[in-house]
Amino acid sequence: MSDNRTFYNEVVLEHANYPAHKFKMIDPTNALRGVNPTCGDDITLQLKISEDGVVEDGSYIGDGCAISRASADMMLDLIIGKKVEDALALKDLFLKMIKDRKELSEEELEELEEAGALQDVSHMPSRVKCAVLSWHTLEEILDKDNDGKDVRGCEKNEIIIFSSSLFISFFVRYAVSGKNRV
Amino acid sequence: MIKVEEIRRDFPFFDKTKLAYLDNSATTQRPRQVVEAVADYEYYHNANPFRGLYDLSIDATERYEEARRKVAKFINAASDTEIIFTRNASESLNLAATSLSELLLEPGDEVITTVAEHHSNMLPWRLNAEKKGATVKYLSTNIKGEFSLEEFKSLLTPKTKIVAMTAMSNVFGRVNDVKAFAAEAHSVGAVFVADGAQSVPHSKTDVQDLDVDFIAFSGHKLLSPMGIGVLYGKKEILEKMPVYMSGGEMIDTVSLEEITYAPLPHKFEAGTVNAAGAVGLAAAIDYIESIGLDDIEARELALTEMALEGMKKIPHVNVLGGDTAAEHHGIITFTVDGVHPHDIADIIAHDDVAVRAGHHCAEPLHQHLGIPSTTRASLMFYNTEEEVERFLDSVALIRRLMGFHE
Repeated sequence: MSDNRTFYNEVVLEHANYPAHKFKMIDPTNALRGVNPTCGDDITLQLKISEDGVVEDGSYIGDGCAISRASADMMLDLIIGKKVEDALALKDLFLKMIKDRKELSEEELEELEEAGALQDVSHMPSRVKCAVLSWHTLEEILDKDNDGKDVRGCEKNEIIIFSSSLFISFFVRYAVSGKNRV
Repeated sequence: MIKVEEIRRDFPFFDKTKLAYLDNSATTQRPRQVVEAVADYEYYHNANPFRGLYDLSIDATERYEEARRKVAKFINAASDTEIIFTRNASESLNLAATSLSELLLEPGDEVITTVAEHHSNMLPWRLNAEKKGATVKYLSTNIKGEFSLEEFKSLLTPKTKIVAMTAMSNVFGRVNDVKAFAAEAHSVGAVFVADGAQSVPHSKTDVQDLDVDFIAFSGHKLLSPMGIGVLYGKKEILEKMPVYMSGGEMIDTVSLEEITYAPLPHKFEAGTVNAAGAVGLAAAIDYIESIGLDDIEARELALTEMALEGMKKIPHVNVLGGDTAAEHHGIITFTVDGVHPHDIADIIAHDDVAVRAGHHCAEPLHQHLGIPSTTRASLMFYNTEEEVERFLDSVALIRRLMGFHE
């Protein structure tokens, strides 16, 4: 095996190791946590959506494998500045490529920009859920919006994360009553 | 001394693959002798044990009970009625947790387990304690996987009714001194349950010497088919315990008003049993004894030493657990700086080496150590030095492949 081979292509590694959108946003309008329990991907997607339905800004926090991190960063590259319905159309396209293993037309691939670099993941069954995690999280955030509910999930979500980390430290250091189920 | 080339001829698995199978803590491969024993039972000796009055059923019963005697001897149980066949260690621990909690726990009582447990030796205790209004306390561990007897003593109170602890963690591979912990538990009158899923296949287990009240293990981590497991329990406790599952062949008599349960161990074996699985487990024990557990331990220690020393030489690789091979029993759980375990396992898989990534069903342990997840290679006596080398070569390349320049 050669020492200079790469396992993932450069585009994927670039986004995974040097993300442009990994930071904690101060004032998101929408936030949601996405978790793959078996492999440990755990990201929280944060979006700022304007009143006329444009994704003005977006970020993610958390950790996961290179594919889940790269996918989140590429997705945010794509959807920031787009209308919600256009973001959802891109999500459909991405899932079509990865989950349904459908061959995309050249125009469709172009629409996905760098996220198209994840195309090969559709042939890696154990990695599909890593690639789609952020996109499913996006779908869920935006779908809730479509139901007409204003999901200001951030505060609520932070409470969940905060209380679970509080629980963990409590759980580890002290005796925990059997009643305190997680 | 084990001649590994000869041993590997017993495993048809190795004829058909170039995969270095280093996920033996998840499940082991099966030797021909085990699969043939299962086939022989299924082809020529199969009838429903305990039911028929004809020779074939009696033969099936006898083979099933012979397997029980073999297991009893293997772990030095005082009586074969102390061996209950289950599906796996998880079912064994659920049986113990459900029935013992019913028997022993009152509101305000305490159960002690550890932060390092596999979920199957933590969740059954938590769920049953919750039902009975009892409290669960957790013994902590350090990065080496050591438990402190002093800390354990400080957790014990007159209200401690049950202690459940692994005999060997599936993350660290360290053999815990369950004998000492069981003795302390007994000093306050608590029952001691050991999870032997990892320890029983890799080191000699003498339940009378350890003086544990229960120990659970799975057949499939011990060269046998999936679907057969064991719960050993001391007779005097098992006899008092309420039934876990009810149904066929676990009763003496039933009327619409009353039930008299069957004697041990049948009281805990409701329904048609996995006789072929038990026969397979017996054949696996024969196989292990034909090689000798001492030789198996020596071989696994040598392989572990090679893997551990190799890992120490690779920059940015951190192995969890003790510094010496004797503290690992074939289990090498590790992280690589800056690289997620899922990527690590994929890179290693790409080099035809099978390892496991994730939290290995020990999520609270990973939280306790402050590590989201890890990668684990686990060795068995049939692995070769060449396979270990291949694994080490693959690990050495991971950082570069992930875009790190040193």
